[in-house]
Amino acid sequence: MSASGSDPPPPTIEVEHLVKTYGGVAAVNDISFSVRRGEIVGLLGPNGAGKSTTMKALTAQVIADEGELEVLGFRLPGESKAARAECGVVPQLDNLDVTLTVEQNLLVFSHLYRVPRAERKEAIEGAVQMANLAARRHDKVDKLSGGMRRRLLIARALVHRPRLVLLDEPTVGLDPQVRQELWALIDALRVQGTTILMSTHYIEEAQRLADTVLIMSHGKGVAGGPPAELVFEHAGREALEVYGPPARLAEVQAEAAEAGLRTRRTGTSISILGVDANGHPFEGERRPANLEDVFVLLTGEEIE
Amino acid sequence: MSTVERGHLGRLERPALTGVLVREIVNFSSYWKASTFSSTVEPTIYLLAFGFGFGSLVSRAGGFPYVEFVGTGTVATAVLFSSAFPAMFGTFVKYKFQRTYDAILAAPVDTEELVTGEALWIAMRAGVYGCVPMIVAVFFGLDLSWGMLLVPLIGWLAGLGWACFGIMIAGYASSFENFNYVVSAVLTPLFLVAGTFFPLSTLPRWAQILGELNPLHQCVQLVRDAVFLNLSWVDLLRAGYLALFAIVLWRIAIHAMERKLID
Repeated sequence: MSASGSDPPPPTIEVEHLVKTYGGVAAVNDISFSVRRGEIVGLLGPNGAGKSTTMKALTAQVIADEGELEVLGFRLPGESKAARAECGVVPQLDNLDVTLTVEQNLLVFSHLYRVPRAERKEAIEGAVQMANLAARRHDKVDKLSGGMRRRLLIARALVHRPRLVLLDEPTVGLDPQVRQELWALIDALRVQGTTILMSTHYIEEAQRLADTVLIMSHGKGVAGGPPAELVFEHAGREALEVYGPPARLAEVQAEAAEAGLRTRRTGTSISILGVDANGHPFEGERRPANLEDVFVLLTGEEIE
Repeated sequence: MSTVERGHLGRLERPALTGVLVREIVNFSSYWKASTFSSTVEPTIYLLAFGFGFGSLVSRAGGFPYVEFVGTGTVATAVLFSSAFPAMFGTFVKYKFQRTYDAILAAPVDTEELVTGEALWIAMRAGVYGCVPMIVAVFFGLDLSWGMLLVPLIGWLAGLGWACFGIMIAGYASSFENFNYVVSAVLTPLFLVAGTFFPLSTLPRWAQILGELNPLHQCVQLVRDAVFLNLSWVDLLRAGYLALFAIVLWRIAIHAMERKLID
């Protein structure tokens, strides 16, 4: 490391023009982004947007057809193994060894991630504490609840104190309460300075946790930036939620279009976006614009 | 750390192999009873059924008392059952249902190391379980000899090849049902025509020649030559053949699993 004081730190992840095609269909079609040290970056998009493929390319479990990938200064796929040694990976699908105890799972991964013998005990203890599973350390995984398993999955990825953590849909399929617990855990990692790349299709998750969001749709990056800036740039400060019977909503939608305002249907209501300026005739509930508005505006599709 | 800084970690690294082996050993601690039970009881049943069932009709085979002939022959059966079968089913389950290999390959472990570690582990188990029928046969009159000390090594070498065979099949299989073809068309004939229950010399000439190509037959012959202290230079060729079998299938298994695990 010979960086002089004025140079910005090198990016932890650099993805340039990543393309991955399966049988003629592009799962990822020219994605570029970078993750700086200490940052949490969220890949946000519906299922099938190419998030998981992108994540797997970063551990060389998917080999890119085109594009340049660099992780922690290592070029992929050739130097992937060295990069993986310093990465923690939390997969979307639980792949814990279910007949082993909490501690045994951590022990196995302390070996796979080459934690030196002298530090092993401490590393496992730290992970048990982090997952808040001290009372269940000798229990087999198949006796744990879904939330506990997910915490263990995250702790397992941290047993070697990685510089970078890749979280693929960290809270998918969990209760709202458990989800918040995990958000606290991820936030604690941020405080420690761990760099995180996370994929999610939960708008709230991206909005709360990510410093930078890349919105993905059909394998392409649609827009990227800090969530607040993305919202302001594309959806303005506030949106107006108009409720009514379907016929009324259709009318409102037509009128808004005439007035040059953008709308989106949200089940029982219609959201009129970009209503910051006065001088429109609509009445409804004002609410802050959010990433979901941005997503729908940019892609024309609903996310969940 | 200098290798890490250059960006390349080598191939077949010891820490990666150790990691894969530790995972298997820790897992084994949770199922060793069932696995040891079946590995012990199955060959014992073969031994009793053939040794005493057939043994009442046939007193000697290949120049040995029939119980001793079968007791040494079923070593190869035990090796096959504790290597090819766990390799096929275990690999498929870990790949498809438990997604264990996804987790391992996200760590600094390559497919080559994963396959090698798994095969080494299965071979070790096969080497140990392979001795069971021989030990049972000792209770039925097989004389102890120093050559028996070589049997775990022979079982390990043969088990390594069969483990790679099983991993390769799991790598090419798209579903569990595919294994039926392999078991019926490959493993069962090889198991029966290995010289385990009857000497190959009773077969037509062409079948004898084919039998010599059967790694299981080579394993049976090596075990008998070791136990009965008949070792000669031919046994070096047999061991070499088993090593070649293992090496070729090892490389094919790695190729098959890379296709499966890396998109």
